[in-house]
This record gives sequence, structure tokens and C-alpha cells, in this order.
Amino acid sequence: MTAHPRSTPAPASSLPPEPAAEPGVGWLATLRAAAVLLAAATVLCGLLYPLAVTGVAQLALPEQANGSLVTAADGRVVGSALVGQPFTAPGYFWGRPSATSPLPYDAAASAGSNLAASNPALAARAAARVGELRAADPEATGPVPADLVTTSASGLDPDISPAGALFQVTRVAHARGLDPARVKALVREHVEPPALGFLGDPRVNVLRLNLALDRLAGGPPAR
Amino acid sequence: MSTFAVVQLGVYLLVLVALAIPLGGYIARVLRGESLGPLRVLAPVERALYRVAGVRPEREMSALQYTAAVLLFSLVSALALYALQRLQAVVPLAPAGRDAVPPGVAFNTAVSFTTNTNWQAYGGETTMTPLTQMVGLTVQNFVSAAVGIAVLAAFVRGFARRAATGLGNFWADLVRVTLYVLLPLALVVALVLVATGVVQTLGDHATTTLLDGGGDRVIALGPVASQVAIKQLGTNGGGFFNVNSAHPLENPSAVAGFIELLAILLIPAALCFTFGRLVDDARQGVAVFLAMLAIFVPLTVGTIAAEEAGNPALAALAVDQGGSDLQGGGNLEGKEVRFGVAQSALWATATTAASNGSVDSMHDAYTPLGGLAPLWLIQLGEVVFGGVGSGLYGMLLFAVLAVFIAGLMVGRTPEYLGKKIEGFEIKMAVVALLVPAAATLLGAALAVTTPDAVAATSNPGPHGFSEILYAFSSAANNNGSAFAGLDASGDFYTVALGLAMLLGRYWVIVPVLAIAGRLAKKAPVPLSAGTLPTHTPLFIGLLVGVVLLLGALTFVPALALGPIAEHLTLP
Repeated sequence: MTAHPRSTPAPASSLPPEPAAEPGVGWLATLRAAAVLLAAATVLCGLLYPLAVTGVAQLALPEQANGSLVTAADGRVVGSALVGQPFTAPGYFWGRPSATSPLPYDAAASAGSNLAASNPALAARAAARVGELRAADPEATGPVPADLVTTSASGLDPDISPAGALFQVTRVAHARGLDPARVKALVREHVEPPALGFLGDPRVNVLRLNLALDRLAGGPPAR
Repeated sequence: MSTFAVVQLGVYLLVLVALAIPLGGYIARVLRGESLGPLRVLAPVERALYRVAGVRPEREMSALQYTAAVLLFSLVSALALYALQRLQAVVPLAPAGRDAVPPGVAFNTAVSFTTNTNWQAYGGETTMTPLTQMVGLTVQNFVSAAVGIAVLAAFVRGFARRAATGLGNFWADLVRVTLYVLLPLALVVALVLVATGVVQTLGDHATTTLLDGGGDRVIALGPVASQVAIKQLGTNGGGFFNVNSAHPLENPSAVAGFIELLAILLIPAALCFTFGRLVDDARQGVAVFLAMLAIFVPLTVGTIAAEEAGNPALAALAVDQGGSDLQGGGNLEGKEVRFGVAQSALWATATTAASNGSVDSMHDAYTPLGGLAPLWLIQLGEVVFGGVGSGLYGMLLFAVLAVFIAGLMVGRTPEYLGKKIEGFEIKMAVVALLVPAAATLLGAALAVTTPDAVAATSNPGPHGFSEILYAFSSAANNNGSAFAGLDASGDFYTVALGLAMLLGRYWVIVPVLAIAGRLAKKAPVPLSAGTLPTHTPLFIGLLVGVVLLLGALTFVPALALGPIAEHLTLP
């Protein structure tokens, strides 16, 4: 921005007179300055600033500013593209386990598990989840991708890894009566690579994938 | 460390430096009261503020007057924020069913936000009303950051001025930093974040139908982007939602994450260059910046590597934690897939190096060694970038200590930036550096001997102790992040951590301004062959050595009982 000094200010070598403190102005004047400037900051930073951001955001970027809500084919608002939600039907891809309580994926009360790596409860929960995934699909015998057995930081992770989605393909395809190769291709279409090639991990948005699956299968899975 | 992670860290540091150097020059102009190009349109607002506040911006304050103004402004801020929380249920914009914040949590939060800590003993979307978040918490995010920069400015003037008694005018510094630095930057960052998907609405929720049955669900919304922008820029860190920047509506993608990460270190890094400008020797600022970088980079690399290696306790199960084209892998408990391990771990070290404390992953669920680095970065005294203003004045105290130690070795009176460092300065510096350390260790010791405090931990064994140690480290060094399994909403923690935050903020600010007052009065010492130059690699090494040595001697025993013991219990 300003690699070279401007011409107007006096150069440092001109030795301006050194400032001397003036006598104090008293406690009341100091208190007045503190109270008035806090009140002014409240108006400027607490009201005008967020309202200005809200105004511009609502006019220019209304979709993002209101939560990136997703509307299904039948017109229902089925959630936010950015916020995970629970899926338990075998015919849907499942997201990661969620630590929000008491309901999983509670978008009104985000929470992580905060289980330490050394906590036996973590290993026990992961083992149970491995068993659950295996029971739902006896053909899935390979190692389970880590994201499917660990809870996210928010309890609202909208994504799983591509490996986590591919792991579930046979279960979903059987439940839907679809060709596994077709479902696998659908997963591949929904893989988002790291941004710019290096930011973040590859991922699949579970809600978008399941909406596409409903379109492919011609409706929601039988419950 | 994976190639992805190396590239991400490298690009991050390059972009950071490219932005911090010009911003540092700009902040120096703001603090000198110079003309500010297009932003001079705000000058009438500045003058109006001085008029209604009854302030003459050119009136020079002594160290004592400056200190009194800082303390009084902070006191008024804390009282106002406490009152707002207690009354939030009866003021406008209160959603139905939201009660007043209980007294203990309200005290803790009022202290937390005025001390630039942003420790949160509450869940944002369940406890605070949107109005409290906007006119209470967001306001303190601005002004507590401005206070930090103002104190830094006064401290640096102590070095830069000769035979002076004035350290500048606190009110002018406060107003100019808020108006010309924080507000414009926050406005830009907030709008960029909205474009990436961060919400910004005056509504407080949306109701949606679950796709897989189960009826309707509520998604909490609010004026999030405006709060997130300043919480990152001002090293505050207090999130709108309970899980902070791990929440997808607070941090929706790795691109948003990268922008928020830049905002964490931007101003603390820029202030190093501001410092160089203000003492008319750019090399001094670069030296301090490089010293910070020399501590930050190795600890970041270590954290990323520890988390990429995954959790050994899951290795016995049929779980694949390896990285590939199809998954990021690593220790994913408490992390979001969209960020992956590399960005999460980079965030963990950036937010603890700076006293930011926002999180995009749950530090409590890190591997023991991955969690050790962020914890130690806090314990080093928040001087590796540190809080806006406070990080640099902390680091300059270490520089004072470093020239003193070097002076002892060769038997000369130490000097820094042309000023003689004498007994008074050293005593004050040591007080400022040791009080937060003592508050950390004594607070943690008190907690482990208090049954209620121990019962509030959520993990067994050494990790439970780590949660307590992290809490007091975070509070006493004004960081604000947590090993969040600890339930800190009980009376013991709200009071004890509140006191630790007060000590960590003001027991540093007062000695810092006292040093500034003494230094300003001194005439500069002419350079001689015996002067230790403070811009050379030798001095950078000495400074890094002093920081690490003090941090290690003080905290290694406690760390051995927590993360290190836990590491040894893993398979």
C-alpha cells in the first residue's frame, strides 16, 4: 500500500518537541468520556454495523444470509445445504454420528462430544458404530472410513468423505433396488474436491446426495 | 505432514505477510493521527465523538492518566455488559422463553468480553438473545480490541519519545482504532463471509422439515457474520453459536475457514510492522515478527503431524484413518470433514498463538500431543502474535527481559531501542510476565483440590486434569478457547476464571503503562560498540530462547501430569 513514505509529514529527523502531559481533567470528566464513548460504540458497532451488514447481505446475498435453505421438488423446505440432518433409513446415505443432545443433529443446540482420544468411551462408541454399519450391510467388510465412526465438532457436519459415501453404496442400492454402479456414479458426481486444490478435505454433501438419490429413484425410500 | 498441509501452511503464511505489511503501515498512520486517504470521510464522525464525550484528542496523558482512563473505560464496559445480560429478557428483540443470564455466568461473560478473552461459559444460541449478542458482545469485541491496540501504542511511544511525559491520548487512540481500523476491516470481512454462506439476519431461526422423516426441526440463525468478522479480527474469539467456528453457519467451507484464519492473525502480525514504523526502525518490527514465526511454525507442524497420525486407540478397530484421494483421514473426532485435519490443526495453533480462542474443531478431542501444542502456545503468555496489541506488548516485555539477560552476561547496562533498561523496568516486566503464569498454576491447583471443580471434568484420567489446566491457562492469558468438555458454568469456575481473566489483563496493562511512563522520560543512549543490536538473528534467537525457556520451566511439570501422561497411556 505505502512502501515509500509520503512527502507531507515531517521527516523523523526534524525532532519535533516532545509532548508533555497536561494536568488531569478529574474523575468526572474521565467517567463522562468513558460512558459517552461506550454509548457511541454501542450505536456504531452494536447497531449500525450489524444492521448495515444485514441490509447489504439481505439485498445482495439473500440466499446465503438466510441459511442456504434447500427446497425439495414438492416445495417443502427440507433443511439447509450447510447443516447436516439425521438420516437413518437404509435407503439414504447416512451422515456422521452427531453429539448434539438429546436429539442428534439438533441445529438449535450445536455440540461436540469432547471425548478425549484416550477416553475408553470413544473407542467403545466407535466399535458400536462399526458394528451398526456392518449389520446394516453384511457385504461392507472393508475398514470403515474414520469420518463415519467419529462425531464432528458441531454435531451438524453436512458432509462425509467420498470414502464414507462409497462405503454405503451397496446398502443404499439394495434398499432402493438400484444398480450399485449407478449409485456409485451418483456419489462420484457429488464429490467436492478441496478448494483451489489444497483447502480442506474432499467431501460429499449428504443432503444434496440424498435429494439426488430421491430424484434418481423417483421418490423417497420405503420406510 | 502431507503435501496438502505443507501447501496450505505455506500459502497461509505468504498471504498473511502480504496483507500484514501494508496494514501495519496503515495502523501506524492511524496511531500518529495522520491523514488516511479515502477513510478521511469518517473524520467528521471522529470530531463529533470527541465533542459529545468532552475530549480534546491532542491532550497528552501521563502514564497514570492513561492507565486511569483504560481502567475506568473497562469498568464501565463490564458493568454495562453485566446489566444487559441480567435484563435481556425484558428488553426488545428478546425471543420468547429466553431468560436473564444467571449472575455467575453474567459476571464471567462481562469480564470475559471486556478483557478480550471471550471465554464462554454459555452456549450462544441457547443463552443469549440476538440483541445481547449485537449490542453487548459485538461492541466489546470492537472496543476491547481497540483498548489493546491503544495500550500498545502508549507503550511504544514510551520507547519512541525522548524526555517526554505524555504517552498520547487514550480516547483518541480508542476512537481512531475503532473507527479507522476495526470497523472498515470488519465490514469487508463480514460481507465476504456472507458470500461464503455465513448467515446474517435479524430473524432467530428457520423451521425446516427433515428429509428422512421425524417432523420439523429448528435451525438457529442470527446476525452471525457481523459478529464472526470482528471476533476473528479483534482476537476475541467468542462465537455466535455454542461450537463457535465449527458451526456450519458460522464457517461453512474451507474457503471461509481460510479467510477466518487470516483474520485471526492479521492484526497481531500487522502490529509488528506498525511497531517498526512507530520507532522509526522497520528492522525492529521485522525481528519481533520473525521471532513469533520461529515459535509458531514448528508448533503448527507438530500439531498437524500429530493429528494426521490419527488416534491410536481406534487403530485396533477396523477403522481407516489413513489419508487418500477419497478421504482426508487423521483424528477426525471433533473435527469437520470440510476443513479436514490440516486446516483444523492450523486453526488450533493460530487461535492459541493469537489470544483469539475461536475454534473450528474441538481441542478436547485432539490427540494428547496435538492438544499439547495449543495449550503450551497459550501458556507462553500469548506473545506469539497474541491478542491485538496485548500480544506485542507482551513480546516486547520479553525483549526487555532478553536484553537484560544479555546485559548480565557481558556486564553492561542493557538498552532496548535506545532506552536504558533499569531495575524498575525489569521488576515491572517480571511482574507482568509472572502474574498470568501464577494465576494459571495456582488456579489449576485450587481446582484440583476442590471436589465440585474436579467433578465438572468430562474425561477420566490425565485428560481431566488437562481440561482444568487448559481452562486456567486460557483465562489467565485471555485466550478464551477451551477443552470444552469441562462444565465451566458452575460457581467455582465462573468466579475463579473470571478473576484469572482480570489478573491476566490488568495486572499486565498496569505494569506495561508504568514502564512506558518511565521510558518516555528517559533521554536516548547514543549507540556504541557495546550496544546489543536488536534486529539481528542473534537477538531473534535470544528472544525466542527466553520465551521458550520461561514457558518450559514454568509449565513442563504441569504438562507432564496432563497431556504427556495421557500420551503414555495410549496404545
